[in-house]
Amino acid sequence: MTVLSEAGSAPTHGGRRAIRRSPYPGWFFLPAALIYGVLFLAPTFASLYFSLTRWTLFNSTFIGLDNFAQFFREPFLVQGLVNTVLYAAITSGLKVVLGMLLALLLTSAIMGRGYLRSVVFFPVLVSTVGVGITFTVLMHPTQGMINETLALFGIKGPGWLVDPRLALFSVALVDVWKGVGLATVIYIAGIVAIPKDYYEAARIDGATRWQNFLYVTLPLSRPATATVIILSFIGGLRTFDLIWAMTRGGPGFASDTIASVIYKQYQAGFYGLSTAGNVVLFVLIGILVVPLTMFLNRKQGHE
Amino acid sequence: MLNKTTRMLTGLAASLLTVTALSGAAFAQSVNLTYLIPSGPENQVIADEVVKAFEAANPDINVDIETRPGGSEGDNLIKTRLATGAMADVFLYNSGSLFQAINPQQFLVDLTNEPWQADVQASFKPVVTAPDGTIRGAPARAAMAGGIYYNKKIYEELGLSVPKTWAEFMANNEKIKAAGKVAVIQTYGDTWTSQLFVLADFFNVQAKDPQFASRYTANEAKFATDPAALRGFEKLQETHDAGFFNEDFGAAKYDDGIRMIAMGEGAHYPMLTFATTAIAQAYPDNIGDVGFFAQPGDEADLNGLTVWMPDGVYIAQTTPNLDAAKKFVAFIASVPGCEAQTRAGGASGPYLINGCTLPADVPPAVTDMLPYFAEGGQNAPALEFLSPIKGPALEQITVEVGSGFRPAADGAALYDEDVRKQAQQLGLPGW
Repeated sequence: MTVLSEAGSAPTHGGRRAIRRSPYPGWFFLPAALIYGVLFLAPTFASLYFSLTRWTLFNSTFIGLDNFAQFFREPFLVQGLVNTVLYAAITSGLKVVLGMLLALLLTSAIMGRGYLRSVVFFPVLVSTVGVGITFTVLMHPTQGMINETLALFGIKGPGWLVDPRLALFSVALVDVWKGVGLATVIYIAGIVAIPKDYYEAARIDGATRWQNFLYVTLPLSRPATATVIILSFIGGLRTFDLIWAMTRGGPGFASDTIASVIYKQYQAGFYGLSTAGNVVLFVLIGILVVPLTMFLNRKQGHE
Repeated sequence: MLNKTTRMLTGLAASLLTVTALSGAAFAQSVNLTYLIPSGPENQVIADEVVKAFEAANPDINVDIETRPGGSEGDNLIKTRLATGAMADVFLYNSGSLFQAINPQQFLVDLTNEPWQADVQASFKPVVTAPDGTIRGAPARAAMAGGIYYNKKIYEELGLSVPKTWAEFMANNEKIKAAGKVAVIQTYGDTWTSQLFVLADFFNVQAKDPQFASRYTANEAKFATDPAALRGFEKLQETHDAGFFNEDFGAAKYDDGIRMIAMGEGAHYPMLTFATTAIAQAYPDNIGDVGFFAQPGDEADLNGLTVWMPDGVYIAQTTPNLDAAKKFVAFIASVPGCEAQTRAGGASGPYLINGCTLPADVPPAVTDMLPYFAEGGQNAPALEFLSPIKGPALEQITVEVGSGFRPAADGAALYDEDVRKQAQQLGLPGW
């Protein structure tokens, strides 16, 4: 009993305890602070400065906010911004829904559960670039396996990666296929952690399976949902490797995201411009994710 | 006992020392050079043969070949390796505007006073000349041209003749399409291949507007507003809108393109003539079916070829083996050097070294090029050799125009914006 109450009260005291004097001497933190300062803080502030210059690897000219003005004048940047948010929303949305459904399936008493769990998780372990190249071959408009299979049923498959209206969504689907395993594992952990007592109580009250899901599993796996949303949303916002491997932002600029625009500017030797792009990406992630995190965590606190 | 062992050990050590000393002396005489080339089968084959011939002539020098990716990924790698002082001793890279972008004055060894410069043709020197007027490179390959490959079998079958004007070219395409064949091959799976209609049109641009290159560099002429320059984008759009392309043009790659033109799966493929080597390597039985002509302009008497200067070989300032590196570059820019290239890759065009000749049995695609270089023929260098500015997003823009997502005029205006960024990064006056 004492153990239980202590465990239960710990989080509420957590905030106050942090203010107390740390048991470690100050110099204990020095190595970590040094690494953090040199590898994280310094580059962050340096990039803020260099985003205001036109630089090569040897010299830089201060040009004020010209880079930002130029960056926002890029006609494909606006599309890149929209694409980025769209891509993040689609992938994290689908990962939440599919991850939850798969986790429900894989926590129920089905045959070969352990095997199926590893099958779902397997794509997470495969190299993103390898996945991208494989799906590029599968999605070839005339010789790809997907469209050849559709042709067997008399359906003329679309140009998955060469139709500018579809390219971004095709890449997003592959991202979901590759990333849903991680979401599933987080959900499995969340669902398994729900105490059996709730289900027992619900059964005594005569709850159906659907009511079980809606009123017990769903609300009690909110921490898992928050984690999945935040991880996959941030991942979606800064996505680069899969898009680069599959379309290089193409056809034309149709599937460009901020990260691929930044990379192309860097590759072209527009270092100042790409630094400015990184600052924009940093701010954008901050603007979208900080309120999202606050919202999700506040709801969690009310439970 | 102990004494004996010690003596034995000492003897062993002494003999080991002698062996090491001997081999050390032997190694000290030979120099190891690194030579960085773009990847790709034809590059590898040619570099192997050149290195083999060079090592045979200079037994004390060893050359190790390193490869790098091509395209803008390769540009980035070259810039980074130069800037960090980690460049190979000798490397192969584009001449012209890309050469200007790697800061040659700072990173490359001055080769102005090398004796072999006397044999390099004058047309090549400006494209490897740094802003301070010093020459920093040697021609590494044969000259190329941008134009249109055509399949001779399809032309014979349909009774077509080589077009001298754009209207004739489109009429040919119409007949090929009516015969149920692919008239124009496009391969946007490799985006760089989409630029050819625009880049290879430059002979026609400068024929109409001889001052275009200098006005363009000075921020006075624009692709969107100069009617002659806009034609390249319009030609791309016209061929797309007429439905002349292969069905999978959005996903097909360069390798598919050379297969299609060699096997007669398509009639025309706009490309640079370095593809002749690739076709000869991959489809030796079909190379005789592939011909070549310049991208036609609007008037028959203004028909000429847009010429690309070959890549250069350069020596990095950081090389510890300057003498050996200079010997290697001198070999590449010599008659035995171009003979080794022809042996390995076949002939793909005229060399820019005096005394280098082409063998008698060159493929038709090369023979078709030669009249443009001969007396009475017309040719002009591509824009990237007359101006240091080439916008990096051209390939994405031409994919959009060629796929019908964006009208030609709009694409040209977008490219002008891209060019402005490049000019500003280079710090050119007037931008």
